[in-house]
Amino acid sequence: MRLSQAWLVARHDLNLYRHRRTILYTLVAFPLGVAIGFPVLVRYLLSRVGPASIPSPVLVGLIDSFSFFFVIASATLPIAVASYSIVGEKIEKSLEPLLATPTTDGEILLGKALAALVPTLAAIWASSVLYMVLMDRVTVGHLGYLFYPNAEIAVVLLALAPLACLFAVEVSILISARVADVRTAQQIGGIVFLPFVLLYVVSEVGIVTLDTLHLLAVSGGLALVTLGLFALSRRAFEREEILTRWK
Amino acid sequence: MPLAEAASLVSMIHAVGLTKRFGNLTAVEELSLDVHEGEVFGFLGPNGAGKTTTVRMLTSLISRSSGTAEVAGCTLGRDADELELRRRIGLLPENVGLYESTSAVQNLEYFGRLHRLPEAKLRANIERLLRMMDLWNERDRPIATYSKGMKQKVAIARALVHDPVLLFLDEPTANLDPESAKTVRDFILELKKERRTIFLNTHHLDEAERICDRVGILRTRLLTVGSPEALRDRLWGSRTVVRVERPSEALVVAITDRLGPRKVEISGDTMVVEVTDPDRDNPEIAAAVVGAGGRLRQISQLSPSLEEVYLRLIHEQGSAG
Ligand SMILES: Nc1ncnc2c1ncn2[C@@H]1O[C@H](COP(=O)(O)OP(=O)(O)OP(=O)(O)O)[C@@H](O)[C@H]1O
Ligand SMILES: [Mg+2]
Repeated sequence: MRLSQAWLVARHDLNLYRHRRTILYTLVAFPLGVAIGFPVLVRYLLSRVGPASIPSPVLVGLIDSFSFFFVIASATLPIAVASYSIVGEKIEKSLEPLLATPTTDGEILLGKALAALVPTLAAIWASSVLYMVLMDRVTVGHLGYLFYPNAEIAVVLLALAPLACLFAVEVSILISARVADVRTAQQIGGIVFLPFVLLYVVSEVGIVTLDTLHLLAVSGGLALVTLGLFALSRRAFEREEILTRWK
Repeated sequence: MPLAEAASLVSMIHAVGLTKRFGNLTAVEELSLDVHEGEVFGFLGPNGAGKTTTVRMLTSLISRSSGTAEVAGCTLGRDADELELRRRIGLLPENVGLYESTSAVQNLEYFGRLHRLPEAKLRANIERLLRMMDLWNERDRPIATYSKGMKQKVAIARALVHDPVLLFLDEPTANLDPESAKTVRDFILELKKERRTIFLNTHHLDEAERICDRVGILRTRLLTVGSPEALRDRLWGSRTVVRVERPSEALVVAITDRLGPRKVEISGDTMVVEVTDPDRDNPEIAAAVVGAGGRLRQISQLSPSLEEVYLRLIHEQGSAG
């Protein structure tokens, strides 16, 4: 496996995104909306309801749950990008000539994965920094301390988000093998974020609390699932499979 | 090329018993074949004959069910060899598979880089190929705005961008109008002059006849291989057409007396005589006709087109099962 060869594939895909408005919007609009929208919302609440009527623990609970949106975004954005990069290539039938170059299946797959991971993680991390700065500004007066950064968001951004991205990319690959248009792939891929939403809901109604320990446990579980899916997606992306069994 | 000369040449493709099965369906069966360096080899066969499957096996895109092959000095089935193999060959697949939103130059750059071509060499190759293809002025337009013929030419350029020693072309002129087909064909003839080895899948028999040194006819199994001329002679036999003022049984008898028993057909003012060696037999036929008092108008050789040979072979095979 030559990383440089995989990077050639990734760079080419990244360049193709420039011609795709929807991908650019997805990568910019969604995380930016979260990063600016939530602080604005909190600021509005505080100014409207009055800080006195929102006790600090309630405010903290609210902000904490917002952090989780970065996980949901991590599980959603790569689907949009990876579906395009793999199903798109399948539609243009450009995988066959690509496979005929001195590039291994693993290198192409890694390139495709990087092409989906790099921009999504960059978008998520960049917007999370903006989010933390804005949220701190909005809440510091009320809380009396800087809420971010903290251990939970560190686990979310450094463990859960990358894992969720990887997970979403792998699911995209498996879907791409069976689906013949980008939109369908993206729609089916939409279900990927359901378990994360479920986790979110469960934490909101108070069945589990998403503290650092629980977040680490979830990350561990997700790592296992991601590892298992890696084997599957690797098998789905073998040249023989692609050329003879992909529909 | 003469057989002795061919045998002394380096084998670019050496396949033995190559077989591919998809479940119960055998797509290619026991294919044994040699293609020599510098040769243009035409692979003919009806739809579903296994031409594309063969090319995919030979280019290490799909595995074989059984058999062995050496392609451009590399052995199929060994990972390291297959990577090296893909460095040495170029492929024009059945579907061009270009990136439609980028330009011809960008498409070629990508493939050149995947082949690790030094940047200066890459630039030079791209310019040379696009100029050869008459696409230099359109080089920066997105492929989506190209005509089918232009796309086909870019795809061929892509297969050549890294100077492969062996080129696989899967139906390069399919779906092209006669003029685009001709430009592509002329281009292949250019490549032939450069003594490149080319493996060409095609449905166009006249194309095969004009371009190829040898052709193979496939229908799951390889039915026959040879130069177009040799195939004609071997499969059809030679026939001589004799036009006389008044054909008659007496003339037929005169001919068979002189040459030995053989089939002679009469229709209108022509007699068609089966011959084994035209150079030896034709003077005898003329002498026999004249000797029997016939007045000779014309004597000429009838050669079936490759198309007739092809159709006959395919049909014989079809009725044989
Ligand atoms: N992935 C596959 N799964 C099952 N059968 C296949 C597959 N690919 C090819 N075949 C079958 O193998 C046979 C040979 O197909 P192939 O595409 O090699 O023929 P071909 O000679 O290239 O035909 P054409 O002239 O139409 O391009 C056909 O019967 C085809 O249906
Ligand atoms: Mg074919």
